[in-house]
Amino acid sequence: MTITAGVDVGSTYTKVVLLAEGGQVLARRANPTGFRLREIAATTYDEALAEAGLTRDRVRYVIATGIGRHQVDFKDTQVTDLTASSRGSIRLFPRTRTILDIGGQTMKASRVNEAGQVVSFRLNDKCAAGTGAFLEKTARYMGYSVNEIGPLMATSKEPVPISGVCAVFAESEVINHLSLGTAPADIMQGAIESLTGRSIQLMKRAGPEPEFTLIGGILHFETMARSIAKALRADVNVPDPEMVQFVAALGCAVLAERRLAKLQAAGGMRSGTQAVGS
Amino acid sequence: MAYAAGVDVGSTQTKAVIIDETRQIIGRALLDTGANVVKAAESAFVAALEERAIDEREVEYIVGTGYGRYRVTFGNTQVTEISCHGRGAVHMFPGTRTVVDMGGQDTKAIRVSSDGEILDFCMNDKCAAGTGRFLGAAAAALGLPLSELGPISLRSDKQVKISTTCTVFAESEVLAWIGKGKRIEDILRGVHVSIASRSVGLMRRVGIEDEITFTGGVSRNIGMVRAIEERLERRLNLSEDSHYMGALGAALFAMDHLLEGRTPTRHTSALES
Repeated sequence: MTITAGVDVGSTYTKVVLLAEGGQVLARRANPTGFRLREIAATTYDEALAEAGLTRDRVRYVIATGIGRHQVDFKDTQVTDLTASSRGSIRLFPRTRTILDIGGQTMKASRVNEAGQVVSFRLNDKCAAGTGAFLEKTARYMGYSVNEIGPLMATSKEPVPISGVCAVFAESEVINHLSLGTAPADIMQGAIESLTGRSIQLMKRAGPEPEFTLIGGILHFETMARSIAKALRADVNVPDPEMVQFVAALGCAVLAERRLAKLQAAGGMRSGTQAVGS
Repeated sequence: MAYAAGVDVGSTQTKAVIIDETRQIIGRALLDTGANVVKAAESAFVAALEERAIDEREVEYIVGTGYGRYRVTFGNTQVTEISCHGRGAVHMFPGTRTVVDMGGQDTKAIRVSSDGEILDFCMNDKCAAGTGRFLGAAAAALGLPLSELGPISLRSDKQVKISTTCTVFAESEVLAWIGKGKRIEDILRGVHVSIASRSVGLMRRVGIEDEITFTGGVSRNIGMVRAIEERLERRLNLSEDSHYMGALGAALFAMDHLLEGRTPTRHTSALES
């Protein structure tokens, strides 16, 4: 059995997927990234291997992505986040044409063609408004942990408008709302809706076309997908909750399979990729 | 003796100043605004009264300013913080023509005439980049009190170039530099230089004219003072009361109102209502 791996070192979480030939996900693992990127990539990879009962020499090809991809010293090669996300999305939803990926510190909208190639994209990576950091900050201010956000928002009856312009200014709005007695659930849902507004703007600039696939850790919050679908007036694809954060890592593992097939077809291994030859 | 008060409810801290008829500060107080804005305004006012045991009834006119000025429920009227900082700065340093006010969530550049009238102003309106909050994020990342950041930054001889604009991301960038083995003083120097360059950009948009007076909470940070001075290649006016400049300006407007009729003044035109 040929096994490949995808390693996604994101700004907030590092994710690893181990993929078996035929498309079965053998293991997936996520850890907070922190600032020791090299170490966290290795640790997360080894944890995933342990989960699948494997050792490093069983993995034939490793592709890394994410902001920390250059720090992954056990990779065979690397690809950009956009490439990784599009391959992963197409694997899960073959008719995907527009992808919205909301992570801890970035929001990306990309349009892909039938072959899964990125045709156009727009990024928000300079500003925390419109990323997971914005939600986390809002939640933390009200004394909720990230895990409590989802259940909390589900109880919202009347979300209040929260400005999506700056995460810091939004905090002042949160303070005002709290002092006026607004329910935290309604504030949190307001924050999600402001995030939705920004994501729709970003998608519009990338030239959106159906089908839409939403990925990234933020989609753990079910109300987010519903809010985007409503704003788009279209159906959206959302991976299973256990997969939603791992789509880029999955895309890497899928690409690794392809690279491996190409290398094998070419009839030889490049030097330096001993993992492939074992 | 009639007293007047100014209460400046900022996004981060609330300041209150009480002045007498000679326009001398006789009471001042500073506290964190927190979640209860109305309470913060009251507490700051009461604390300022206590400094000289002044009876609340002796304060005949109160002006509220700052982002929470409409929450100063005991105030007689409100004046924008831009007018107040301009007025306070010209009162304290009559040669002031440019004011840079750096607070917790906003930075403003104000150009004033010799009588304290606002000629032009410019502020960060889109986001909190280049404000005191950026320092707060760096302090949180490093686990240092805010007051130590400036002095530590002055020990640097090789600044780190901070690339982040967003205040929220500043924390992760600071941590990343530490992870790469950079010295804290060099990182902090980079943080100060980055904020200073944004504020100088704002000042250029209103036009920089000597003298320049630095007001707001961040003016107490010696590292920021030096970073702006180096960028401008000019000295800044600073006072022990720079942090209270908005509240002082508000108190001066309040005193104008009280003394109106006795000593006519043009400043009352700035009153919003």
